[in-house]
Amino acid sequence: MTTETVQRQQEVTYLEAISQALDEEMTRDERVFLMGEDIGTYGGAFKITEGFMAKYGEWRVIDTPLAESGFVGAAIGAAMMGLRPVVEMQFADFISCAFDQITEVAAKNHYRWGAAVPMVIRAPFGGGVHGGPFHSECPEGWFFHSPGLKIVAPSTPYDAKGLLKAAIRDPNPVLYFEHKFLYRRIKAVLPSEDYIVPIGKADVKRAGNDISLITYGAMVHLALEAAELLAQEGIDLEVVDLRTLIPLDKDRVYESVRKTSKAILLHEDNKTGGIGAEIAALLAEDCFDHLDGPVLRIAPPDTPVPFSTPLEEYFRPKVSDIATAARKLAAY
Amino acid sequence: MPAVQEQSAGTLLERYAGNLTQTPLLCEEEPMDPADVTRDIKRADLLQMYYYLRLTRALEDRVTALYRQGRIVGGVYTSHGMEAIAVGYASALERNDVIAPFHRDMGAFLIRGFTPGEVLAQYLGKRTGPTKGKDGNVHMGDLKRGMIGFVSHLADNLPVATGVALAFKIRGERRVAFTGTGDGGTSRGDFHEAMNFAAVRKLPVVLFCNNNQYAYSTPQRLQMAIHDVVDRAKAYGMPGEIVDGNDVAAVYLASKRAIELARAGGGPTFLEFKTMRMHGHSEHDPAKYVPRKLLEEWKKKDPILKAEQLLVQLGYGDDAYFHEVGERVKKEVEAGLEFAEQSPLPEGPEVLEGVFAEKADSY
Ligand SMILES: Cc1ncc(C[n+]2csc(CCOP(=O)(O)OP(=O)(O)O)c2C)c(N)n1
Ligand SMILES: [Mg+2]
Repeated sequence: MTTETVQRQQEVTYLEAISQALDEEMTRDERVFLMGEDIGTYGGAFKITEGFMAKYGEWRVIDTPLAESGFVGAAIGAAMMGLRPVVEMQFADFISCAFDQITEVAAKNHYRWGAAVPMVIRAPFGGGVHGGPFHSECPEGWFFHSPGLKIVAPSTPYDAKGLLKAAIRDPNPVLYFEHKFLYRRIKAVLPSEDYIVPIGKADVKRAGNDISLITYGAMVHLALEAAELLAQEGIDLEVVDLRTLIPLDKDRVYESVRKTSKAILLHEDNKTGGIGAEIAALLAEDCFDHLDGPVLRIAPPDTPVPFSTPLEEYFRPKVSDIATAARKLAAY
Repeated sequence: MPAVQEQSAGTLLERYAGNLTQTPLLCEEEPMDPADVTRDIKRADLLQMYYYLRLTRALEDRVTALYRQGRIVGGVYTSHGMEAIAVGYASALERNDVIAPFHRDMGAFLIRGFTPGEVLAQYLGKRTGPTKGKDGNVHMGDLKRGMIGFVSHLADNLPVATGVALAFKIRGERRVAFTGTGDGGTSRGDFHEAMNFAAVRKLPVVLFCNNNQYAYSTPQRLQMAIHDVVDRAKAYGMPGEIVDGNDVAAVYLASKRAIELARAGGGPTFLEFKTMRMHGHSEHDPAKYVPRKLLEEWKKKDPILKAEQLLVQLGYGDDAYFHEVGERVKKEVEAGLEFAEQSPLPEGPEVLEGVFAEKADSY
């Protein structure tokens, strides 16, 4: 083995997987460029683009003024001209400042007048990092309701890299929700060759027969942990990782639920009007005859994400929440 | 307390109208020197601009008439009395430059090759309109013709135009983006974010304000605490200029200067086109809040009238010529209307088409 293959076979973190995807796409396609706050000299708040400016120059790694609406709008303009901007939100929470450009301009342009907007917005989201109300949000639900956007939320280094590459190559605006909690906590060996994870495909992360636990993002790991625990009690969970929220892989979700006849929906975004609510409605419409019990949701309460540790612990879904729901459902 | 009593006297509208007369209402710009015009604008270009002024007026008057007959169901926002702005700046641009227009820029669409037939089809919600019935009125665009679609949300197009300019800069192309919004639109954050980004990165973009003194019913004095919007350019570190927005030659020349500066790598310019909204905000709005006297004054400065005066002065045109152009544009608009009326409406299920793109091209 050459040194290179040895290195390639080393484990990379979720964060490094994202960084690799950006680097490889920028090398592959000179139309790809990055915009965001502090991503250049500093390498980004989470250091995902460390060294990029030295490698690609300040016109492909653009440090922007602190103006999310302005630079998302600019990315839209550049995308329509044929470039492939990848915008970084310093934290997903600040995407609210760009809400208008995303939902009114990027999302509607192709529908209204046929202008494709091939761009990616990377949004570090989620809690469990003591971020408080403005550095822990899961804003995907706001955009889930806006036709014209694609939304992905990977849970593993493999998916993180493959989905980011697919997002960059997609001719539509793609919101890429990357989970901050996972950045340096999970690792994997990735294929040395170029690959993508197709947008719109869910992935069964653990096969099981009794209950479908449908989730995405960091909650996938919580689901897997709960599944191991419940296996000891003889409850066999199937963990379905949505990976893509829009377009939703209904076929894969239905296939799983038709097999197990029971479903739990788990997410970190708050409960009301969330992705779980939509999937529950879909299951009621399309899988009613297959259901042997109520569709259950596990999600934080309808409050902002709190700061103090006991408050946030209470707020976030836990293994015990999943166990309680699964035991209840198993009894049907 | 007499002051309070005085304040509450009269309706809100009357009070606004009264206060309005405290702000200077007319553009105080000096008229263009004909010598400058003949030196800097080709005769053919000036005549072409005159034609587009007339075509814009004829087309929008036809749209207004259709609206009054109840044949157009959506909103109608015209550039009546402000045609010189879009006609002037769009004439100053090169073909491969890109325009991210404002909602009273019909002249720019026509200059970029949108036909009266297409525009009327758009207004009538026909499948042959540029948005195939997906959107109405001036909410249209076409990247092949260098027109970015207008978005209702005012000032949203300004950041987008900075991105167009950024693409030109990244690719090393000598192209320019041109964009603008109204006096009302300049209050939005996107206006400021775009001005700032354009200046920081010295982008090849020209930004303008079409200052027609009102935003719907809101007069400029309730929109901002400054007299000239152009003052804002200074704050962002870019040059700015006040231009008589009713003088097509002045608009053309000021735009040309700004465009050439941007093309040469000199960065953005901000242009304030002073003008007056001569109709209601939309054709449903009788605009009773605008003092009649003000409109009478501005009518004397009508851009078509001014262009004709200039053409006569230069010996480029006379009444017979003006009449001939009038007949020509009338025919074109009527032919366009026939095309639009004969065009099919979209079918209901077409609503489902086009949410996502299958490919993305370069422009
Ligand atoms: C963000 C936003 N808010 C409100 C409106 C509704 N609206 C449409 S035009 C208009 C007034 C616009 O005034 P101005 O920018 O001065 O342009 P004008 O119509 O006078 O040419 C308003 C309030 C809008 N289109 N966008
Ligand atoms: Mg106005």
